Formats: sequence, C-alpha cells, structure tokens
Amino acid sequence: MDRISDFILPAVIICIVGYGFIKKAPVFDLFLEGAKEGLCTSVQILPALVALMTAVGMIKASGALDSFTYALRPVAALLHLPQEVLPLALLRPISGSGALVIFQDILRQYGPDSLIGRIASVMQGSTETTFYTIAVYYGATKVQKTRHTLPAALTADLVGFLMSALAVRLLLP
Amino acid sequence: MMSWLFAGLLGLSFLFGLLNGRMDAVSTAAVSDCAGAVTLTIQLAGVMCLWSGLMRIAQASGLTDKLSRLFGPLIRFLFRGLPAQSPAAKAIVMNLTANLLGLGNAATPLGIAAMKELEQIAPEKGTASDHMAMLVVLNTASLQLIPTTTAALRLANGSAAPMEILPAVWLASGVSICAGVFMAKILSRSYNRRVGRHG
Repeated sequence: MDRISDFILPAVIICIVGYGFIKKAPVFDLFLEGAKEGLCTSVQILPALVALMTAVGMIKASGALDSFTYALRPVAALLHLPQEVLPLALLRPISGSGALVIFQDILRQYGPDSLIGRIASVMQGSTETTFYTIAVYYGATKVQKTRHTLPAALTADLVGFLMSALAVRLLLP
Repeated sequence: MMSWLFAGLLGLSFLFGLLNGRMDAVSTAAVSDCAGAVTLTIQLAGVMCLWSGLMRIAQASGLTDKLSRLFGPLIRFLFRGLPAQSPAAKAIVMNLTANLLGLGNAATPLGIAAMKELEQIAPEKGTASDHMAMLVVLNTASLQLIPTTTAALRLANGSAAPMEILPAVWLASGVSICAGVFMAKILSRSYNRRVGRHG
C-alpha cells in the first residue's frame, strides 16, 4: 500500500510537467510565474495561522479538553460512542498534529484492531482539521464574514464522528 | 464568526488554565505556538510554490480544461451558476483532484488559488459567497480515497489488517460530506436573508 502512495506524487508532477512540455508550453517560465504567486500566498496566510495556532496551543495547554471530555461522557454514552475516543473527536477539528498524537496513544493503548482502535482509525481517516482549513482558506482572502461556513463544516465533522462508530459496528463485526 | 472563534478559544483557555492550575503551560504555549506558525508557514512555502507553479503549467497547457470537463456535472451541482470554464471552476477541479488522490499538501495551495478566483467574482466584497463557503466545507471534510497516514500508523502499531477500515472510512466520510454539502446549501439560504448582519 505504501508503495502505491509513493508513486502518486511523483507521477502527478511528471504528468503535469510532461503534458505541458509535449504541448510546447514554456514549462519552466510558467512554473516560476506560479511559484512566485505561491510565495506571496504563504506570506498572506501567516497572520491567520499565527492567530489560530496560538489560540489552539493555549487551549490545549489549559487542559480544557480533558474537562470537556469528562463533561461529555454521558452524551457519548447516549450516542454509543466509546468515551475513549472523545479526546480525539474534540481535538480533530482544531489541531491536526495534536489529533495524530492522541490517535497514536489510542492505537498503542487499545490496539489497532480493537473496537476502540478501529473507531479511532475511521474517525482519523474520515475527517479533516476543520479550523486550520477555514483559517488558511479565508486568511488568503479579504473575507471577514464567513457566513454559514463554520456551522456547515462542524455539522459535517459531527456527522463524521457519529458515522465512524456506526460504520465500524456495521461493516467490521 | 472567526472573531468569535478566536476570542472564544482564548477566553476558554484562560478560564480552564485558571481552574486547572495550568497557567504556566498556557503561557508557554502562547509564546511557542505563535512561533510554530511561522515555522509551519516556511515549511508550507515550498509546497505552496511547487503546486502554484505546477498549477500554472497545467492551466497553460490545457490539462485543467480536460479535468474540468470530467468533473463538469459535479461542479454544476455543487457550485450552481459557476461557469465550468471559468478560472475559478478550473482551480476547484484541481483542488478536488488533489484531495481525492490524497495529496493534502497540494490541495491547500490549489484550494487557496480557487478561493482567490472565487473572491474576484463574489457579489459582495468582504463576505463569503455561497461558492466560497461550499469549497471550504468540502475541504474541511475528508475527500481522500485512501487514508495513507492512518493506515501507516495502524501498521506501525501492529495491526493485522491496516486497510480493513477502508469501507468504513468511505461510508463515514461519504455521509459526513453529504451532511456538510446539505447544510451548506440549506444554511446559505437562511444566511442570504440576513446579509450584512453576520460575521
């Protein structure tokens, strides 16, 4: 499996450049033109990233997530979600690297092929770092009013978490 | 909305830092994580340049035209009223393709390029259009067909079948994406009626 994923990236790069070359496009000049724009974009999203990563780092350090996990245990029981995966569900939308650490811990502690390990795997594999995406995407624009973006994205996350537990119970008996 | 989020996260971290007696850790995190954002941006800058450059080649050589014809029906459904041959639609197609292939690092610069194109044709400056919101919602959901990082971690932790989760991942992310798209379509109407009062 690892071998297929190793092929994808180089293959896509070669396809794009190769196709352009065959079509007699000035591939190098075009690349530089685009890359220059990419550099500007990176600088543009930096302020939004600083704001979000500072806020996320502080809330992780404050132990708020442990408190939330504790408070949400009855809700999790009601939704048939094992409480061991709650920290992962809480951290997944706000911090990609933080979620990865918790996911590792769950796999090590309960085993990847246990019910908890499987549900955590499906959660990890079927959701994204919502807040990071919103900060980066809107950070590159001048948009201040994001309207319904956050509620819609968080609904998708919540449905994804609940479906992870359900899908494991349905498909992996 | 982002102001609420930012202020809310900071307020909560102060409150819980106080309650849990972890103000020292909160203080350290404030200093080290803002520096972490700079490190991340510098790391991202390379990928950003690479994919912005490749994107330009793909556009100039006509590769994106071919892809956008393939994705045409999907784009027409998700981004109603967006011309299939517009620069925005082409950038969206590239972003979705990168997501499906699991090229997360490529998807971000391509998605940002699409956001900038969408911003230019947005009806109201400073306010997210329906198309922009839809693109972000799609990118906050997981479109990746094969979750390689997750599978690799499962394998590293001694899983007998690291890929057995695939059907469950497809089911969970499929339903989650549908929920996101549904909410984006429904909510866009209610937010339209109150334009100007939301942030």
